Amino acid sequence: MYYSILIFGEDGAFERLPEDVQAQVMAGHKALQQALRARGPFASAKLMPSSSAVTLKPVADVGQGALVVDGPFADTKERFLGFYGAEFEDLEEAIRFAQYLSSPYARIEVRPVEWAGGVLAQDN
Amino acid sequence: MRASRCARWNGRVAFWRRITDISSWLEARFAECRPRAVAALTRQFRDVDIAEDAFADACLKAVARWPETGQPDDPFAWLLVAGRRAGIDRLRKLARHARASEAQIPTRLEPEENLIEEIDQQQLRDDVLRLLFICCHSALQRQDQLALALKVVVGLSVPEIARAFLVKPKTMQQRITRAKRTIAANPVPFELPDPAERMRRLRDVSLMVYLLFSEGWSSSAGEMQIKLPLCEEAIRLARLLLDLFPGMAEQMGLLALMLFLHARRDARIDGAGRLVPLEDQDRSAWDRDQINEGVTLLQKAARHGPAGPMQLQAAIAGVHAVAPSDDQTEWRRLAGLYAQLYNLTPTPVVRLNQAAVLAKTDGAAAALALIAPLAGPLANYRWFHATRGSLLLEIGNHKAALEAFEAALALEPTLPEAEELQNKIAICQKKLE
Repeated sequence: MYYSILIFGEDGAFERLPEDVQAQVMAGHKALQQALRARGPFASAKLMPSSSAVTLKPVADVGQGALVVDGPFADTKERFLGFYGAEFEDLEEAIRFAQYLSSPYARIEVRPVEWAGGVLAQDN
Repeated sequence: MRASRCARWNGRVAFWRRITDISSWLEARFAECRPRAVAALTRQFRDVDIAEDAFADACLKAVARWPETGQPDDPFAWLLVAGRRAGIDRLRKLARHARASEAQIPTRLEPEENLIEEIDQQQLRDDVLRLLFICCHSALQRQDQLALALKVVVGLSVPEIARAFLVKPKTMQQRITRAKRTIAANPVPFELPDPAERMRRLRDVSLMVYLLFSEGWSSSAGEMQIKLPLCEEAIRLARLLLDLFPGMAEQMGLLALMLFLHARRDARIDGAGRLVPLEDQDRSAWDRDQINEGVTLLQKAARHGPAGPMQLQAAIAGVHAVAPSDDQTEWRRLAGLYAQLYNLTPTPVVRLNQAAVLAKTDGAAAALALIAPLAGPLANYRWFHATRGSLLLEIGNHKAALEAFEAALALEPTLPEAEELQNKIAICQKKLE
């Protein structure tokens, strides 16, 4: 099954770390990417700071133009920082790979993906 | 094995390695929480010193507790609650010393849960704004405002601040103590500001943040490595302001401007430790992530209507930032941006910069005509004479160019600037022989 590994943490906390600790955290990403690459295609993204985000407010009706407001959708301390997506045997394997990223600076959520890519367009 | 070992410490023990040093992440977390926490504590205790001490107490408590209990779900709320308790303890002790009535001290302390829910984001943003506004108090000199903000809001130590301002720690300590005494004697009201007052505070605070950046940025090459942290702290403060006031287009401009400039930091100094002019910088050494972030911030800001001065300045820096080389700079777009900026802020310095761009699009003669009226207002500004000299040199008026370069040389240029001016004077003299 396709799983997502979602990374949450405080905006800017990573940038405050000393360089050697930053390197430790990045080493986890590098190790994960190498391990994933050896198995096949995968998706990954690091998001810009949440101050660069805009949010489309929910509308009353489908198809209605949304009000666009500045900032991330939730006013929380921890923000969505980035993600990986890859095919895994089962939940246990996905968790094992997510462990590459575990550090004091992030919460990692592992969640199966219902569909991804252009599957809906292909069905038509 | 995984769950039991990892859960408590939020993944402290990775299965493939062990992070032994926890202090750096605690420090990073405290630094992130500090502006909001000290701001909220300042409102509660109406005293910056007590707020700072209370936050320091809370951090000490966290250092002792978190490794045992694990990181709390909301570290900020935890620190705020601990800070409130510590502040109340301090006030009690002070009151006993002063034999004052304890009735003035808030003794009722709600259960922890309530206190956490009580964190009101709206109030918090005004708290942070107020704390920054207290620091840029009009009764303080500009440098003292910056030093105070670094101490109170950012949480730099006095020796760190002293180093950045190239003074002795003792001198800096005296300045900060004096500044604190001044603000205590002229308190800023603690009531919620009305919208107009909030905008005014935001404008003043933004200017202070920008001047903090400039303090670091306009240093000489030798000092730059020492002063660069000021730029980084200014960028953090700008991010904080934008976080608190997400819909403010000029705040986006401020952050974008600083990101575009800061992106050049590594290309700005050559191997010999000299400042490299923009046109000669190795653009592959520019920080692309920061440039891209600046570009998106300006796109966001543009949704809010006509650009303000900060956005225009950012847009100007952005045109340089995205140009593949100096030759390929979009000079026409720059000329348009400078014209807009001059409309909003008609200062001689903006005019001078506009003329430098006009020289690229319309030639040196047009630029000279544009700056002719500036001779009076910018008589003591060496960049005026240096720019004018270069333009005169370009149109072949060597005699006038020589005089302009000599005028610039008489206005205390930095060492590299003086060398550059002397080179140009030599060129003029040769032509005149």
